[in-house]
Amino acid sequence: MAKSIDVSDLNIYYGDFLAVQGVNMTIKARAVTAFIGPSGCGKSTFLRSLNRMHEVIPGARVEGKVVVDGQSLYGPSVDPVAVRRQIGMVFQRPNPFPTMSIYDNVLAGNKLNAKRMKRAEADAIVEKSLRSANLWNEVKDRLGKPGMGLSGGQQQRLCIARAIAVEPQVLLMDEPCSALDPISTSAIEDLIHELKTDYTIVIVTHNMQQAARVSDETGFFNLKATGEPGHLVEFNPTKKMFSNPDEPSTEAYISGRFG
Amino acid sequence: MSSTTKEKPLAQEAKPRVVTSVGDRVFAGLTLGASLIILLALASVFIFLLVKGLPGFTKAADVYGPRASSFFGYVSPLLGGTLIAAVIALIIAVPLAWGIALVISHYAPRFIAVPVAYLVDLLAAVPSVVFGLWGVIVLAPQMVPVFEFLNTYLGFIPIFGGDDDVVSKSGRTILTAGVVLAIMILPIITAITREVFSRTPRLNQEAALALGATRWEMMRLTVFPYGRSGMVSATMLGLGRALGETMAVAMVLSLGGWNVNLLGPGNSSIAANIASKYKERSEDLLSVLIATGLVLFLLTFLVNFTARWIVGRSERKMASA
Amino acid sequence: MTDLSKAMSNTPETPGTPPPSRTSVPLTAASLPSVAQLIVGVIGLAVGIFCWLILGWPLIGSAVVGGLVYLVGLPAWSLAVEGKRAATDRMMTGLIWTTFVVAMVPLVSLVYTVIDKGRRAISGDFLTYSLFKTALGQPDGIYHAIMGTLIITLGAAVISIPIGVLAAIHLVEYGKGNRLSRVVTFLVDVMTGIPSIVAGLFAFALFTLLFGPGFQGGIGGSVALSLLMIPIVVRATEEMLRLVPDDLREASYALGTPKWRTIMRVVLPTTIGGIITGITLAVARVIGETAPLLLIAGLADKTNTNPFSGAMSTLPVQIYSFNSQQDTIPLAWGAALVLIVLVLVLNLAARIIGKFFAPKTGH
Repeated sequence: MAKSIDVSDLNIYYGDFLAVQGVNMTIKARAVTAFIGPSGCGKSTFLRSLNRMHEVIPGARVEGKVVVDGQSLYGPSVDPVAVRRQIGMVFQRPNPFPTMSIYDNVLAGNKLNAKRMKRAEADAIVEKSLRSANLWNEVKDRLGKPGMGLSGGQQQRLCIARAIAVEPQVLLMDEPCSALDPISTSAIEDLIHELKTDYTIVIVTHNMQQAARVSDETGFFNLKATGEPGHLVEFNPTKKMFSNPDEPSTEAYISGRFG
Repeated sequence: MSSTTKEKPLAQEAKPRVVTSVGDRVFAGLTLGASLIILLALASVFIFLLVKGLPGFTKAADVYGPRASSFFGYVSPLLGGTLIAAVIALIIAVPLAWGIALVISHYAPRFIAVPVAYLVDLLAAVPSVVFGLWGVIVLAPQMVPVFEFLNTYLGFIPIFGGDDDVVSKSGRTILTAGVVLAIMILPIITAITREVFSRTPRLNQEAALALGATRWEMMRLTVFPYGRSGMVSATMLGLGRALGETMAVAMVLSLGGWNVNLLGPGNSSIAANIASKYKERSEDLLSVLIATGLVLFLLTFLVNFTARWIVGRSERKMASA
Repeated sequence: MTDLSKAMSNTPETPGTPPPSRTSVPLTAASLPSVAQLIVGVIGLAVGIFCWLILGWPLIGSAVVGGLVYLVGLPAWSLAVEGKRAATDRMMTGLIWTTFVVAMVPLVSLVYTVIDKGRRAISGDFLTYSLFKTALGQPDGIYHAIMGTLIITLGAAVISIPIGVLAAIHLVEYGKGNRLSRVVTFLVDVMTGIPSIVAGLFAFALFTLLFGPGFQGGIGGSVALSLLMIPIVVRATEEMLRLVPDDLREASYALGTPKWRTIMRVVLPTTIGGIITGITLAVARVIGETAPLLLIAGLADKTNTNPFSGAMSTLPVQIYSFNSQQDTIPLAWGAALVLIVLVLVLNLAARIIGKFFAPKTGH
């Protein structure tokens, strides 16, 4: 039951500094939405505000509305812990828990909630999540080995398996391939294609080819000047974005005449 | 490792020059000499203590008197007192230190965490004699009601009553000494634990939060597993410090014989015993004291060595993973 | 923008999507009002005050009871409303802050007592007279102990700094990973663990052997202290030298500079701030040592500035001695305050030096 996300008039502040200004968009369910834009334009910050992970940074706060399937994320009695359970996240660099085995890494999120899981039940979740992350065949014989022993691409797929093991509605990905080689990157991109049948996926990427390859819709963020807040310039289906964008600055960025 | 391989060819290139350059030879010799002095100093400490202390293991029975007749009988109550005081200190200090370390590294906002960290560092520098002074004059009288409470309600446990069922009126007992030691080692344990806690990779902590962990669950998932070896070695270093500490124990305790009852008078530690007995200036007693010093040295060495081994092992494990 | 994106709402849904098995969990959870902490805190405080004033319990006992009410009450309430996970989180948060408060009590008490009682003892006379009475009614002072501490610590520094710094240079620059440097590194580790009383025993036994039984003198104290100080200096210097990137050394070698000049002109100047900081902290660490000085430097009422002959009082030993007699305890606090101020000044100096010469290489 993947969910769509409605964002209206969202401002994000770090202390007094306005980092992202006035974002309005609707992120569709069961589709891949990509955010592109130059460094420091606030696309990662915006992504984090979709599951309240920005609150980890001291002084960060949000004005405006984010509504997931009719429920506002920033409502008065919303529990950020519940939000993050519903809206999973994958980070720039793979970050499996170093002291845990592959098996325990996948189950880390589930173990937080379940009182006592039956062994068979746990095994089923691990297999299902690893299969969904296209990792099962590579690791099924060494589930007890530490997660840090895998290659970078495998580690990142392990992190994806860990995120989907708790069955979230939405999966946020913050430049998930930026630390990976081309082969691993392509494996992750294939995985994103498969996952979108079941999840709403939002991905931030620096790589425009990647945005063009994996996403259905694309948002372009930009800064007017350094020190100014970032804002959403254009939000359109990816095909239109890369062939016939509405805004000249989008075209300039995409065709590499940025700067 | 890469720096070693990089350095090798340089050293070889420099070699022909060493032959000609007097400066290089003199300088290298000086630094080598300093290293050798350290080697020599430690060797001489050890040999010297061994030579002077060995006779102390086998003296005539009256030297060990009045309470013991052999070295074993002499040292074991002291060793017991040393260990008990150190264990009391650890039981009190370790949970407190972990708590403070978490407050500094994760719970408190920066404007509290920074001054608190600074304060804790300064307290690590307070001389032990000042802790001892505070312990005997301020803390000991305050401990008396606590002792009476423990004796009344938990007196059936031997350590809070014992056979004599006496509660010290001055508060100068080994339990008070243990509390003072706890306060002394608290800053050391806190400083190391705080360091490892704050080195927990940020990405792992964010991963835990993104999975829907509460703050405490995030600690359990990432901060504690990551810092485990650091926490253990900090505890061991604190233990080493508590074992070797002299003045606080010597000042707080009214030294005496072995007593199971932690609330009553009596007990002593190896270090405090040396500090109080060295004045007697008898050659025989001196070698006995040096022998007890050797035992203490061995004990702290083992503790420190274990701490290092644990850290080294976990580093190797992290590296091979 | 919103209208634009809403206009194109033909979701590219893949046919044959498996039926979703996941049920939506509400994002909102029952939670305690934001003033819950305050309410329980006030109740805890009230209970504590009730126990103290009405029941007449001792202050500490009342504080413990009040604290327990808060520590148990808030998680219990949370357990009833928010569930087990949130309750655990609240309980641990409470416990962690409690450890902090509990630990601060003795530390604040210590600092307060030393300042409060020490202030009363300290005067110009206290700092400029010794205990050696040349006239009736001469005030008590600790001048002799201050001088003793300074001389003995200076002696220890003179012995330790060259040995420590040079040995560290040997370990980092010359002995990379060879057998001798591994042995020395290990021994330095062992040395950091020497109990101070054992260092004192060594000096005591050594000087007794050399100069006959009963020898006491400042130099023995310096030797004992340097045993404790050398490992700290080696560690600090080593750590700083390792921060210097190899590129810098290679750049210097490439200019044809011999190794020793590279070390003296390039490596040491880059790290001198850190090394001085480390040395200052090492001095601060040994200046308060008592046990070895008690054994070897002894106690004397008269000011003695010759470390090679006769007993020499130091502040820590003097404090110990003041403490043993009821009527001199106020003097002990005065001496303790002077000693703490000395240590603090050294620590502060170390920090300022560290900031001043902040390593240009960064971490």
